Amino acid sequence: MNLKKLIPSGRSLVIGIPYSWLALFFMVPFALVAKISFSEAEIAIPPYTEVFRYVDETLTIALNLGNYIFLTGDDLYVAAYWGSIKIAFFSTLFCLLLGYPMAYAMARADDKMKTVLLLLVLLPSWTSFLIRIYAWIGILKNNGLINNLLMFVGVIDDPIIMLNTNFAVYVGIVYAYLPFMVLPLYANLVKLDGSLLEASSDLGAPPWKTFLTITLPLSKAGIIAGSMLVFIPVVGEFVIPELLGGPETLMIGKVLWQEFFNNRDWPIAAALAIVMLVLLSVPIAWFHHYQAKEMEAES
Amino acid sequence: MLILVIYSFNESRLVTVWAGFSTKWYGELFRDEQLMSAVWMSLRIAFTTSCMAVILGTLAAFIMVRFRRFRGKTAFSSMMTAPLVMPDVITGLSLLLLFVAMAQVVGWPADRGFLTIWIAHTTFCMAYVAVVVSSRLREMDISIEEAAMDLGATPMKTFFLITIPVIAPALVAGWLLSFTLSLDDLVIASFVSGPGSTTLPMVVFSSVRLGVTPKINALATLIILAVSLAAFFAWYIAHRNEKRQRQNASNYSE
Repeated sequence: MNLKKLIPSGRSLVIGIPYSWLALFFMVPFALVAKISFSEAEIAIPPYTEVFRYVDETLTIALNLGNYIFLTGDDLYVAAYWGSIKIAFFSTLFCLLLGYPMAYAMARADDKMKTVLLLLVLLPSWTSFLIRIYAWIGILKNNGLINNLLMFVGVIDDPIIMLNTNFAVYVGIVYAYLPFMVLPLYANLVKLDGSLLEASSDLGAPPWKTFLTITLPLSKAGIIAGSMLVFIPVVGEFVIPELLGGPETLMIGKVLWQEFFNNRDWPIAAALAIVMLVLLSVPIAWFHHYQAKEMEAES
Repeated sequence: MLILVIYSFNESRLVTVWAGFSTKWYGELFRDEQLMSAVWMSLRIAFTTSCMAVILGTLAAFIMVRFRRFRGKTAFSSMMTAPLVMPDVITGLSLLLLFVAMAQVVGWPADRGFLTIWIAHTTFCMAYVAVVVSSRLREMDISIEEAAMDLGATPMKTFFLITIPVIAPALVAGWLLSFTLSLDDLVIASFVSGPGSTTLPMVVFSSVRLGVTPKINALATLIILAVSLAAFFAWYIAHRNEKRQRQNASNYSE
């Protein structure tokens, strides 16, 4: 009887395996990052001091708030956070403006066309991400495709400098993250009941009014899911600003990378990550809320 | 839509124009031992990652869809959705700090490389698999499972004989998705790998940063070729399944 209680039931075993994997490799790490953000940098392996010290039966906890004070004190970090949020916000907006008509057209197309269009959206994201960004370098650089074409036609005499500017970063981000906007929107719009639209136009509403009062509110969940899927990862984006951006591009992912790999200041990098997480906790909670709602609505 | 077509056209043209000069760089490519070992490493990681991610992700999806209520369900579902959006730099940094702390406390993992990258990739890929599989599970007709159980099959047997075959397309899709995600990841792998273990994206990234070499163009061409073949293959399977399903459906209705 007792023995049976000790052996976990099939059900709890099934829950237990993925649960403990995620807890160990997803939740525990954040606690560690939080801990290390309170430590001091040190020339050692690993390069930080211990926060908890247990010597002679006394536990000393040394919380070093210096990293956080340092973050607020240095303009570079504040500017980097601000730059990241600004770039993420405008990229999300551009993705939405571009992605909404695309998703709408896809949702209204007939079945055979739908598959083709869906494939066209997905296909580029199956090629290596780095190689696609690399291809953009070839398109945007001074003797690249666009400049050569424009000079050949005779519109401009000198190449427009596009690579290593914020413009290039926007192009790269919008290009790379567009599918993340289109797919949730498409999934949402495809479920839209067409009879509502017909009813609206039967009652004499012009198309723009139907769109604003019927389609847009009904696709709210898709808009939020898509925007969060773009906004949150872009805030921490490292590869695109590093390859396409220039000195004016200041993003937190890049700063964190430099603090970690170039300066080897682990506590500062951890503090940067924690502040980023705090900033993103609201949109992440929002995303989770809508995701949970979506799942409930479906089942 | 048109923009995307133009983009993809641009991309492939660019690469083929540059790589088209001679096959010399392809020879160079295959003689580059560091690069070849990175390719091999990436493929091995991607393969093992997608297998593990499919197992764990399917379990997680099954829990999310079938188990109505249990302690910690909210916590579980947030842990399932958060990796989808978490910025790579945070995931990478936090996992590295975990591995460092674990090495200090329990002495494992002693050095970072294949195993740590595999763990990291599995963690974020399983979230994607869970999303793909759970949508399929929700569409599935639960009465077939109930019928099997009524006929005396154990839950385990039902799962393997009924559930798995029905959701198989989603499993394949999840596997392929994990494979590409793992093959593509630069940031997380850079954090959790130790010296001496380099993946393909890391090699590509450092050479792109240093400047363009024809070798990378050749490599890009090969990757695009491989991916298009895989994509075509996946499309073909999906297409064939769909056809068969439609046929089955019409057989039933007759």
